[in-house]
Amino acid sequence: MQIFLNNRPEQIEGDEITISELIRQKNFTFKLLVTKINGKLVRVGERDTTRVRNGDTVEVMHLISGG
Amino acid sequence: MFRVFVLIGGKCIFTQLMAMNRMTVAQIRKHLSQFTIAIAGCGGLGSNAAVALARAGIGKLLLVDFDLVEPSNLYRQYFFCDQIGTFKTDALAENIHRIDNSIELETKNIKLDELAVIQLFSDVDLVIEAFDQAAEKQMLLEAMLVNFPEKPFIMGNGMAGYGNFEAIKQLQWDKQVYICGDFTNEISEDNPPLAPRVGIVANMQANLAMELLLKMSK
Repeated sequence: MQIFLNNRPEQIEGDEITISELIRQKNFTFKLLVTKINGKLVRVGERDTTRVRNGDTVEVMHLISGG
Repeated sequence: MFRVFVLIGGKCIFTQLMAMNRMTVAQIRKHLSQFTIAIAGCGGLGSNAAVALARAGIGKLLLVDFDLVEPSNLYRQYFFCDQIGTFKTDALAENIHRIDNSIELETKNIKLDELAVIQLFSDVDLVIEAFDQAAEKQMLLEAMLVNFPEKPFIMGNGMAGYGNFEAIKQLQWDKQVYICGDFTNEISEDNPPLAPRVGIVANMQANLAMELLLKMSK
């Protein structure tokens, strides 16, 4: 399937993937992330159960300590 | 609207810059005086952004922090050595009132969680995220998106170290979520937050807050 991850097209194996699996597969190494699917927030606790499907837009923002 | 003609290779290329509404300082201050901004965290980002907004003429600031002023804070935060050991909120309020005692100030000496976000920020017009820890930034971003998706929210993300000015940018991440920073430089012992770069991002946040409020009507 094809998804859009942070505005870039990405080919992902299979028909669906959870947000948590996608984060692992794409090696987002920052610990603190905020995620959205199709513009809607997916909270930390919902990442294991929220599925990404063909054509979805996923946004992952990493948050950095300092301020 | 400005119209600008640029000469490139002998050809005249017509460009338009974004419209900037031209206002006198009196008009700007009058408009800003109607609004309240919450400052979530009164450290390097929050103290400097608050002072910039105070000087620009904001009506009211809600200052939230749980911490005390420490000697190392003086390297980049808007405090003075005789304020060491006092609450950051109280020290910042004192400093702002020395700049302009007509600004309304409210202080909360608490550690923010989602419940407190809902209670404290429901009546403010805009929120500036100025926390130190990424986990707190995440909590506040999620809490704002869930509870106040229509309220302008300006975050700071990545400003440790020095130099590398051109890496600092501002982006819109949701309808009302804006993020300022380099998105890369995490603080650590050998990449500390330092006054100039922290001040740049704090003032970017204040600058954007002004821009958004000047487009809003009350």
